[in-house]
Formats: sequence, C-alpha cells, structure tokens
Amino acid sequence: MTTVAVKPATMAQALTRALRDAMAADPSVHVMGEDVGTLGGVFRVTDGLAKEFGEDRCTDTPLAEAGILGTAVGMAMYGLRPVVEMQFDAFAYPAFEQLISHVARMRNRTRGRMPLPITIRVPYGGGIGGVEHHSDSSEAYYMATPGLHVVTPATVADAYGLLRASIASDDPVVFLEPKRLYWSKDSWNPEDPQTVEPIGRAVVRRSGRSATLITYGPSVPVCLEAAEAAREEGWDLEVVDLRSLVPFDDDTVTASVRRTGRAVVVHESGGFGGPGGEIAARITERCFHHLEAPVLRVAGFDIPYPPPMVERHHLPGVDRILDAVGRLQWEAES
Amino acid sequence: MTVMEQRGAYRPSPPPAWQPRMDPAPLLPDAEPYRVLGTEAAAKADPDLLRRLYAELVRGRRYNVQATALTKQGRLAVYPSSTGQEACEVAAALALQERDWLFPSYRDTLAAVARGVDPVEALTLLRGDWHTGYDPHEHRVAPLCTPLATQLPHAVGLAHAARLKGDDVVALALVGDGGTSEGDFHEALNFAAVWQAPVVFLVQNNGFAISVPLAKQTAAPSLAHKAVGYGMPGRLVDGNDAAAVHEVLADAVRQARAGGGPTLIEAITYRIDAHTNADDATRYRGDSEVETWRGHDPIALLEHELTERGLLDDAGKQAARDAAEAMAADLRERMNQDPALDPMDLFDHVYAEPTPQLREQRAQLQAELHAESEGSHR
Repeated sequence: MTTVAVKPATMAQALTRALRDAMAADPSVHVMGEDVGTLGGVFRVTDGLAKEFGEDRCTDTPLAEAGILGTAVGMAMYGLRPVVEMQFDAFAYPAFEQLISHVARMRNRTRGRMPLPITIRVPYGGGIGGVEHHSDSSEAYYMATPGLHVVTPATVADAYGLLRASIASDDPVVFLEPKRLYWSKDSWNPEDPQTVEPIGRAVVRRSGRSATLITYGPSVPVCLEAAEAAREEGWDLEVVDLRSLVPFDDDTVTASVRRTGRAVVVHESGGFGGPGGEIAARITERCFHHLEAPVLRVAGFDIPYPPPMVERHHLPGVDRILDAVGRLQWEAES
Repeated sequence: MTVMEQRGAYRPSPPPAWQPRMDPAPLLPDAEPYRVLGTEAAAKADPDLLRRLYAELVRGRRYNVQATALTKQGRLAVYPSSTGQEACEVAAALALQERDWLFPSYRDTLAAVARGVDPVEALTLLRGDWHTGYDPHEHRVAPLCTPLATQLPHAVGLAHAARLKGDDVVALALVGDGGTSEGDFHEALNFAAVWQAPVVFLVQNNGFAISVPLAKQTAAPSLAHKAVGYGMPGRLVDGNDAAAVHEVLADAVRQARAGGGPTLIEAITYRIDAHTNADDATRYRGDSEVETWRGHDPIALLEHELTERGLLDDAGKQAARDAAEAMAADLRERMNQDPALDPMDLFDHVYAEPTPQLREQRAQLQAELHAESEGSHR
C-alpha cells in the first residue's frame, strides 16, 4: 500500500479538478458561460479546460445569462450534461425565468420523460470586497423553487465531491460556491478525492454538548472559530455543516439539537424570509420538547448587500454568534 | 498656430480603420412578403405536397373548431385557436424531417398534431391534465411552451448539441409577434447566429399580442428585419399562403442542415378568433378588418389553386372533409371521457428520487385520501 502525500489545496483548485475529472469521465459533460474558456473564468475555476477539452466542451458564450441557461436546457434535452457558470450571484437573476419556469420543472411537466441534468455554478456571498451586485446570497430564492437541488460546500474536499455528485445528478443542481472560500486551503488528497457523502447529507464538523450551530458555506469557518472562542466561556458548541439546503437533512439536524437542546442558525443572507426561518421552524416542529431555549438566527441584516467598506458590520461574525449563544441561557432570563 | 499646435506634442492619430463585418444587404428581407399561390411560382409547386398541405389545413381548421367547442362544454380549461393561421402551423411541421425538432408555443397544437402527436395528448396542457401529455422524444416535439419566447433558446441549445454530436438535426422554433419583444427572443437569436446553430425561427405575426397591435409592439420596419442585427438572413412570407410558407421554411431548414446557420422568418397572418375563448376581441379590433382577412383564408387560397390546376375535385375536397370529421368525432369522444388522475402522482416527478420532505408530504396526502374514502374527513 502506497502512502499518498496529503497536500494543501484551495477550494478553487478542487473545483477545477472536479470539472476536469467529470469531463474526462463523461464526454457529455460540457462547461459553458461567460469567460470560462480562454480566461479560465474570473475566479480561474475553469482554468485549462478549454485547452484540454476544446472550445466545444468548454465554451465562452455571449454575455447573456438567460441565453446561457436557456441553451443549456436544449443541450440537456439532447443528452448533454451542461455545467453553466453564472459569473457572480447577482448576475444570475436574468436567468431566473429559465431556471424557474423550465429548468426546475421540466421533469415534472413531462412526467419524468425529460429530466434536465444541468449544474448551475453560482459564486455567491460577500466578504471579498466586491462592489454592488457581486456579493448577494441568493440561496433562499433557489430553495423556494421545487425541482432544484441546492448545495454549497464549505471545505476543499466537499467542493470536489459535491461538484462531482452534482454533475452526476440527473436533476438540476444549483451549486453555490462561497467566493470567499475559493482561496481557503485544506489538506486534501487529490489521489482519492471522491470520498464524499451524497447530496442531501449534512455533517457534524465539530462535536459539542451545549448548543448546536447550524450553518453552511461561507459561515462554516466562522462558526468553527466561534465554537473555539466559546470554549473560554464554558460553551461546548456543536457545528453542523448542512452542505445541502435541498434536500434538507432533517435527521442530522434533529439528532444534534435533541442532544444539545439549543440551536442557532447562522447564514449570511438576510434573516427575513431567509433559510434560517425555515430551518428554525423545522427544528421547532421536531425538537420542541428537547429545546431549552428558542431557536435563534444569526443572519445578515435585511438590507440590500452593503458596500465593501461596511460589509464587515453586515456579515455574521464570531462576536454576533457568541452573543446569540449567550442568549440561549433561556432559563436564566425567565 | 492652431490650438492643437499651441498645446504641444500631442498629435491625435486617426481612429483605427473600421468596416462592418459583413454586408447587411443580403440578410435583409424582401420588401413584399413572398407568395406562391396565385403567382407564376405556383406552377412549380409539387402537386403532392400541395394536396398534403390541403388535407392538413382542412383537418387543422376542424381541430380548431372542435377544440373551441370543447372549451364551451367545459372540457378544456382554455384554447388559443389558430384559426386563420393553419398554413403556418402545417407548413412548419411538414418542412421538417423526422429527426428534426419542433419547439411550439401554447398556440401551436396544430403543428404538434401535424407532426404526429396524438390530438388528445396535444391538448393535455389546455385540458388541465398533467402539463405535457406526450413524450417529447417520440415525435421530437418539445412541450407546448406557455412563457413567451423562452423555448427559443432551448431550440438553439438542442440544435447546437446535435451538431456537436455530429447529427444533422434542425430545430424549428415557433413564436408570435408579441414574443419578439421578450429578452429571450434576442438572446436566442444572438446565440444561434454566433454559434451558427441549425435553427429556424418562425414568427407567426398574427397582428395582436392579446389586444396590443403590432404598431405598439415594435418600431421595426418588419419583424424579419430584426434578423440583420444578429447577422442572419430575414425572410418575409405571406403566412396564409401554405405553399409559400412551406417553400421558405424548407429553404431555411435545408440551409441550416447544410451548415448555413439560422434564419428568421416572419409570416404575416391573422388570428381570426380571439386570443383565447376568455378574450373579447371586439374591444380592440373592428369587424371589417377581420372580414378582410377572412377573404384571404389559407384554405380557400389553396383550394382555389388546386381546383384551377385540376389537382382537386369535389370528391377530393369531400375526402379531406371526411377525414377531418373523423378526427373531430374521435377527439370529441375521447375528450368527453373524464381523465383519471391519481393524486399520489403529485409527488412522482419532482426529482428523480423524492426528497425526505416529499416522502413525508406524500404520506400526509395518502392519509388524507384514506380518511376521505372512509368518510371521516372533516
């Protein structure tokens, strides 16, 4: 048995590798979008694919998101597996009609005769100093649309595994890439990169007894940091990384909250009408008698995404999470 | 000394030479819509094709009449009639080979039927049964599309994919005059032209987008003129002249198949009936206009041509009417049977595998149905 060196790699590198491996394994996989070819994408996630697989399989499209996704629908109808890139979160909005009226429901409206295996990669979220329209967290819109899977990795290994799983899925997947984690590094074994749970399974990133932080994507490292900091205050926090928002892993979340009796949901997108409300409601429905305190949410404010110079005040950080954890001492207040 | 010289060393150079990437003239549509019937070109038309077009037109008209009647009987939720536009529908379907694909809008049931889709299955959407009654792959007809123009990029993508796979498949996408104002129309045409995808876009300009006339829809000289801006040819054709529509479409399909790229065709026609049975067309147009167009009826035009040339006698006309009547009788009978829908099917095709959440909801509905059947439902 040979020992393979486990080297640090960035999330962006793992995503590139996932695309490359998927394209090599299946000739029907086609990558398309604005700037994905010669440039390799503005985040370089598609770097080298056009050179290796040709411009027919890694295609620079005209600058038109509805057109990119709309043509991908037709390509999927003819048996291809398009992987489309929406350059930034807010740039995907012109494609929403195609997404909601066709991509999400083609399987349903044709009674299973015309599934659309399309992966829609959307770099999302803030924290990179992007100007207006470059930092939205749009997951709630996608979650509210039946027929779509919605996944978001927080680690290098998951970035690879979940993207491979998304491309292999016979259903459309909105693959949300946390921009500010593109350059985060993990020890990752590129020789055995496929060790990953299937879409729809959450993972406990850190075990703890006193409360559960439920989070995903860019907020996972923040929650892990908060959990470390909370030790000093006597809190032993569990951190659950959802990985998949649709389907939602009620089992893992419920089991954790029943163990700890307290829960805080953490995400960047706004709280009102946001994913946290849905998650908190699901926890309350399933864990009411186990709860020692109301389920709290730490979310972005209910404002249009702010400019970079003040975004740190908007994004949920360690202190705001710890404040919420402090408020979980419900019995002390009553 | 000029002002520029006073300022010193800066000497502006002339801008880089610019010339248009191609001469737009060959892409422009003719000034007049192309016509065959009643012109010298008619003599060259294939008699068998004309007779086939005629039979399909008669059947299509009967289908429109029957489906409209079914809305009055409550058997269809809605029916957008294509009476007056049958030549476009039929010619569109007959211009394609079996391996080609049709991308219809909600008004294009006739094109789907002419392509072989079962007349009842073509009405599934409008009946309120499951949204698409037929298998899109069987006759290569995409689901009837309700949002405007969103099916056009699908046609481009499919045609592009077929070409990448080495198949000489052409996609034909149908859209109305109103649909040309949508963003997806623009994006589809642009992608098609850039990719030189084997697609034909047929705009059935029937004069109105529900109530809004063309003059309030576009300021372009014609809808076919829009093609030039994308770098593809635009063609203008009399949409009530089945022979002309077929010829123009067949040309465009042939060109697309041979690698010549997309074409935008505008067929000038008229919607004789209201937008749907729910619309009151008297609010936005006068009787005289409708009467003028009734005088330019696609069936009468073709019938006249065929009769003049001795290609159709009374027996032939009767045979076409009999076939249409048989189709209508069959349609009536089958549409008058109540479809049996299983509510449990609600959860079957949302995902390849239902999510845990859908499994729970499925169990809930099952319990509700059980309670209902036991008579214990509140």
